[in-house]
Amino acid sequence: MKKVLVILMLAVIGYSLGTSFSTIKFGENRIGDPKEEKNVAAYYLNRTPDELSVANVITAIVVNYRGFDTLGEVSVLFLAATGLGSILYRRRKKGEHPEVITKPASQLLQSGSKLIYPAILVLGAYVFIHGHLTPGGGFQGGAIIATGLLLMMMAYKDFEIRHNVLTWVESIAGITFVSLGLTGLIYGKTFLENFLPTGNINDVVSGGIIPIIYIAVGFKVAAELAGVLETLLSNKEND
Amino acid sequence: MIFSLIILIVLVLLLLAAAIYAVMQKDLLYATIATGVISLILSILFFIMQAPDVALTEAAIGIALTTIIFVFAIRHTSRREDEILIHEESEAQTLDNKENM
Amino acid sequence: MSSIDYNQIMSIGIYGSAIGLILIGLYAVLMKKHLTKIVIGLSIIDAGIHLLFVAIGYIDNGTAPIFSPKGLEMMAAGKTMVDPVPQALVLTAIVIGFGVTAVALSLVIRLYRHNKTARIDQIKSLKW
Repeated sequence: MKKVLVILMLAVIGYSLGTSFSTIKFGENRIGDPKEEKNVAAYYLNRTPDELSVANVITAIVVNYRGFDTLGEVSVLFLAATGLGSILYRRRKKGEHPEVITKPASQLLQSGSKLIYPAILVLGAYVFIHGHLTPGGGFQGGAIIATGLLLMMMAYKDFEIRHNVLTWVESIAGITFVSLGLTGLIYGKTFLENFLPTGNINDVVSGGIIPIIYIAVGFKVAAELAGVLETLLSNKEND
Repeated sequence: MIFSLIILIVLVLLLLAAAIYAVMQKDLLYATIATGVISLILSILFFIMQAPDVALTEAAIGIALTTIIFVFAIRHTSRREDEILIHEESEAQTLDNKENM
Repeated sequence: MSSIDYNQIMSIGIYGSAIGLILIGLYAVLMKKHLTKIVIGLSIIDAGIHLLFVAIGYIDNGTAPIFSPKGLEMMAAGKTMVDPVPQALVLTAIVIGFGVTAVALSLVIRLYRHNKTARIDQIKSLKW
């Protein structure tokens, strides 16, 4: 009985979604000419290369035009990492180091991960430093660095990341973000306003405070994701 | 033109097949790998629709990190979906209840 | 005639697969009994919604919204850029979806430790 009712409800939801989305034609040009700013997308596309000298429009939207939402997203990630750590909390005896893996990994994994780990770190740093020139940015680079740290955690028995270091990195990156916004409030008129000089387009040093904010976000996301992974790994099972 | 249409249809069919497999399979480890395949095909579709930032984010977060979090959750809970817990002291009563249902 | 058919097939394909993903994930959330399977369903619903958003912002024969040197010469040749606003929204949504999945799985692990089972029809007591 329940199955029949559920399938009926799913059919009604699917039908209503289908008919309402069939009126939106796929691939129709709704922006028009960017020079005459008829809607929000044309406004952002027109202003980005002139005012900000940033090549990646998505970075300009996420950090500059909608920068307050990025502050909210970073705090949501912080809350998720804290909540995970507090729900899975175990009281540890003094001096006991949590063991991640019980028997050592195979020889192939150990030698391979030692070779590839610096390359992954450099790739992650490249992605979040050049976020305003190529596709990329803070969130992508932070996730890549966290994956590299996870590889080392699974291959070696005594590779540990101290929670102190992660906490300090995360706090300093968060304070950098907020203090840059407050400096914009003091010198300019609004929170998170761009107050450094913008250079030429397609330079590494261009765009005012946008690369600095993305570097801070990259460090913060990497530290948070590494903390989440370490909390999940170092819980002993069946305890 | 025809070639890109064939690739698109193959990708869409693979996507729906992986989603149905992830929901129907009883062994949870296989369902997690199917969720990773969904993220992979989604990243390719984002790239076809000219969105490279979104494709990078979905590839970095959806394929690697979500799969590893699910694997650790399975390690700390049960692996199969249809495990039924039988208490030691009232085993006969539980089997009687199951026959009556 | 062939261009109209091509657009129709692409729109049915992409919109249909996004709505199909949402419905399959909703079925898993409503009908399944194991908690990890319910969290997998939640993750599939997220994937469907992200695909739907990015599909709305696509423009035919558009190019990626980046003003690199190659992009500048494409703009001079007359191509238009796709809509950047839905892509910025989906970027945030993917990261937040991962955070929600992580917290949900930590609750599942905690519940398993207390009740020794993760199926919702086997948990009989109302208080912990």
